Amino acid sequence: MLSVADLKKGIKLIIDGDPYVVTAFDFVKPGKGQALYKCKMKNMISGVTLDRTYRSGENFEPASMDERDMEYLYKEGTHYTFMDQQNYEQVVMEEDAVGDAKNFLLENTKVSVLLFGDKPIGVTLPNFINLRVTQTDPWLKGDTSGSDSKPATVETGYVLRVPPFIEEGELIVIDTRTGDYSTRVKG
Amino acid sequence: MNGSALLIRAQVIRTIREFFWEQGFLEVETPLLIPANAPEEHIDPVPALPWQLQTSPEICMKRLLCRGHRRIFQISHCWRAAERGSRHLTEFTMLEWYRADADYRDLMLDCEGLLRCVADRCGIERQFSRNDIQIDPHVVWQRFSLQEAFLRFANADALTSVQNGLFDELLVSKIEPALGNFYTPVIVADYPAEMAALARLKQHDPQFAERFELYVGGLELANGFSELNDPAEQRQRFEQANKVRAQRGAAALPLPEPFLAELSAMPPSAGIALGVDRLVMLTAGCATIDEVVAFRPEDL
Repeated sequence: MLSVADLKKGIKLIIDGDPYVVTAFDFVKPGKGQALYKCKMKNMISGVTLDRTYRSGENFEPASMDERDMEYLYKEGTHYTFMDQQNYEQVVMEEDAVGDAKNFLLENTKVSVLLFGDKPIGVTLPNFINLRVTQTDPWLKGDTSGSDSKPATVETGYVLRVPPFIEEGELIVIDTRTGDYSTRVKG
Repeated sequence: MNGSALLIRAQVIRTIREFFWEQGFLEVETPLLIPANAPEEHIDPVPALPWQLQTSPEICMKRLLCRGHRRIFQISHCWRAAERGSRHLTEFTMLEWYRADADYRDLMLDCEGLLRCVADRCGIERQFSRNDIQIDPHVVWQRFSLQEAFLRFANADALTSVQNGLFDELLVSKIEPALGNFYTPVIVADYPAEMAALARLKQHDPQFAERFELYVGGLELANGFSELNDPAEQRQRFEQANKVRAQRGAAALPLPEPFLAELSAMPPSAGIALGVDRLVMLTAGCATIDEVVAFRPEDL
């Protein structure tokens, strides 16, 4: 059990069965009144934020999270299937929970999956991932438009801006934290 | 803490002294280590065995009123256990001043004079600031009775809110944020009797006490009242505070017996406590109390 005194930014707790992470926290105490704790929290599944005021003496159940190394297997409709690298168990995640990671997931990509109980609620990708360009317009020498980037589609269907010299079929490195082009893979 | 906040802090403290000296107040120093504070329901002293550190200098300052001093002020450190947040330090700096033959309305006038003086001598463009709002102490201040504030900002009756235990929650979640929208300091006056353990009750409406709070930019800055000087009633209120403490599992506090013994000699008086760190926050435009002290407890 957690008490209000344990609450601080980053603490994860369970409210109405859902895991929440504390995003802002302050001790407030009006005049001669009782100590109160103003808390802003974010639902780790839906992303919905919640404002609550607690009194001292209230208790909370900590939300225990487990992070496991998994491999992405395949997608069916809006369901993404991953396999635990340790015990080969498979877990299925909704597209909402996968979030932006879906732009970078190729079969057999190694990821880290965040579990709340048995429920997978988030995916962490490696910071950099290599993806092949499947479509981009050729660079016209003598292009005087002054543009220093152009759109390119990679094998997951994700579209990003790349430098003009990138050609179809090339392997590029993408920073998964920003979704931006990082460099090209030589050779 | 940056250098400019440290300078503003020194200027504010010097200005407080100048203001009260100019008004003919005597600056006093009373012991910080005392055998008993005034027992309060929700204020826990820091023990310094076998005694405790003061949570406020009020007990000793009122004893000086009993001995005939008529206008006194003090800037001193106070300690309140487990109070730490963006507006709270366990060890903080308090200004208290007391006037004999006065009531809480005289203190409101003192507040106007003091805040105007601090803004003139230390403020940026002679104003205070909080959450990007400029607060001007030179124009007519906004005033509400506490009941008006509850009805207007919390859509609730103040006395009912005391009964159902929602008083403090409504104050911090509805009323204080609403007071942050005013461009002048705000005085909220006449608190429910239960919320004013050391204040005199209003003669014509004893459900309320002559206690007021001063807010600037929604930040609670000072708490003043017409002082209770009936020893029997004061003892009973201290005992009541200890009863409430027991209900919330807090230790009973010793009563300040010498104070109770002398209290009948106190003339009708008024006294007020003002958070100096918060006044510096408002003057320097700092969002947190951490920014206006040289050291935070976490840095020690």
